[in-house]
Amino acid sequence: MKSENDIGRVSVKNGRYKIKGKFHIIEPNTPIFDDNGKLCGITNPRDMTYIHSYGGEAIFFESLSKGKLMASRCDNPKCDSKDSIFMPFRIYCPDCLRKNTVIDITDIAKKTAMIHSFIITERSGAFNTLKKPIKFINVEFEDVCTIFMGYLSVGEPKIGMRVVPIFQTKKPTYTIMDISWVPVGTSESELPDNFTF
Amino acid sequence: MIKFSDKQLKIPKMARPVYLATSGMSRFGRAFPTLRTEELCIEALTEAADFIKMTPAELKRYIHTAYYGHFADHFGDQLLGEAVIHDRLGLDPLGTIGVKTGGATGGSTIWEAIKAVASGYSDCALAMGWERMDEVPTDEGNHLISCAADKDWETPLGHIYTGYYAVMAQRYWQIFGKAEDSFRKIMAEIAVKNRGYARMNPHAHGGMKITVEDVINSPVVAYPLRALDCCLMSVGAACGVVCDEKTAYELTDNPLRIWIGAGSHTLRVADRRDMKIPLLPNEEPGLYDDLGKRFPGGDRYPGFSSFLAARIASYYVYNMTGVVDPCEDLDVIELHDAFTISDIQSYEDVGLRPYGEGRDYIESGDAYHTNPKTGKPGRLPSNLCGGLIGCMHAVGATGLMQIAEIGYHIWNRWADIHGDEKKWKKFGREKPKDWTDLQVKGAKRGLTISHAGVGSHVTATILMHPNHLLKED
Ligand SMILES: [Zn+2]
Repeated sequence: MKSENDIGRVSVKNGRYKIKGKFHIIEPNTPIFDDNGKLCGITNPRDMTYIHSYGGEAIFFESLSKGKLMASRCDNPKCDSKDSIFMPFRIYCPDCLRKNTVIDITDIAKKTAMIHSFIITERSGAFNTLKKPIKFINVEFEDVCTIFMGYLSVGEPKIGMRVVPIFQTKKPTYTIMDISWVPVGTSESELPDNFTF
Repeated sequence: MIKFSDKQLKIPKMARPVYLATSGMSRFGRAFPTLRTEELCIEALTEAADFIKMTPAELKRYIHTAYYGHFADHFGDQLLGEAVIHDRLGLDPLGTIGVKTGGATGGSTIWEAIKAVASGYSDCALAMGWERMDEVPTDEGNHLISCAADKDWETPLGHIYTGYYAVMAQRYWQIFGKAEDSFRKIMAEIAVKNRGYARMNPHAHGGMKITVEDVINSPVVAYPLRALDCCLMSVGAACGVVCDEKTAYELTDNPLRIWIGAGSHTLRVADRRDMKIPLLPNEEPGLYDDLGKRFPGGDRYPGFSSFLAARIASYYVYNMTGVVDPCEDLDVIELHDAFTISDIQSYEDVGLRPYGEGRDYIESGDAYHTNPKTGKPGRLPSNLCGGLIGCMHAVGATGLMQIAEIGYHIWNRWADIHGDEKKWKKFGREKPKDWTDLQVKGAKRGLTISHAGVGSHVTATILMHPNHLLKED
């Protein structure tokens, strides 16, 4: 782990990125020898930090840190998909390509969220920070035309189970990990650290 | 509800017939510490030249443009890897381009080559695909694969693609499989079948003699999927050479006709909107009116249980070629068996069975080389090379390997390719004492499905012996 001072951080000034800290760590490469002690390859260490713009989706990720679930809706009267609510949030309507209206569906989620499918796995890839086993769930909402990929933090998932969103408001990561789900009726004391309803 | 316009549903047309003149592939393995990618690509191209009794230099003189597919630059840690291979194959200064469509990369690569020939731009085009999945540890490999999911909405969740994919398996398992033991057994039978066939394939690295119990007792990856339900992670290369009619017959006396259709669907599995089921030529309107009644929860299409991209790719290619009922009109197929359950899902998408009834393709014995129920040849054998579960999944090469395998059956050369003692030895593998010739006797037409992840890209390729077409050009 890098020290607190070394962590790569980015700010924006006059429309440009300003970077501070270490964005890569140099580590020497090492040789690979085969069964007979002959050189057959080399390691190439690489450690990089990317700088990524959320663009028009930034409001979605920022809202999670404030305990709100934002979706988007096509309000174009001439579009076949008028009134479609998209979650995952889409900046533009995929049909008419007009900018969608940002709407708050926190209440719809609290009242209607239900598990559409799920999977429990002990496996993860490098860089995973979720607790294992990971309980992936897909959440459907009333009046929303798509389904949301997330994870369950309390209890065992079942298709058709009612769930409510919880948000990592106390120490947000500003990623999709800031929203999780728990079964209806879960008490505040059962929530993972840094999460609130 | 998504609707398609007539213009979007137009049956693709090729301006002139396209032929597959030859194919080749390297050995496949989990890791090759002493082989560079170019060595594997040269092995594949040399095999393709050998197959039509040419030297690589002779074959290369016909090639006019080259199409290269590999799924991830990250795996090989080489941007423009296509240019490296093109140079090492000695094909400069020909025009070349790289193709990337995840698991469907092999199919998409030959899609480009076929269009180049069909349009008249090239008379002979090379499609070559590979993957180098051994240059990072498995957990980093899993992270890289997860980067093929949506990087903001999915990847941070575990950095594990299985998590985004297996939710589809869960839904199919509960709604259409009804979570029954009998359905679990059918999934296992696919793993037994494909790993068993792979034992007869010297190129394969996942051949195993196992039982249904072995599969059901293998470690859980993501319930209901177990370790033996899942495909391999591989290194290797495969290629195909496609030509116009005149060039094809200059290269060989026995080229095959080739057609391809392609489809797509959202990268985010959860982001699928409902639509009416697009029907294939063997499906009557109204067929699915009561699907939700027969399978409660199964009324959402494509929902989490079907692959729209596979259905659309099949729709295009069946209509291009005159295939009405694939079980009737085709003799052998190679499907993208990334997982046993997704194999079953795809039986329905490509019309081997109606939606909801995929399991019957295995239960009936149709999918086997020899039907275990009757002892007679299977009606439409699938994945006789071992598929992704038993042979390999070197992502960019997979779709091209499948096409080569179907070609070998129609060329009636399956035993040459898979039985050759010298090849078994060269690949450092032991030919099994009970080696069996899996040639499908009299095969004239076949299908391959090349498929990416949760179904973002799919190609459907049809090969036919030119004397056994289903409709006039
Ligand atoms: Zn719209």
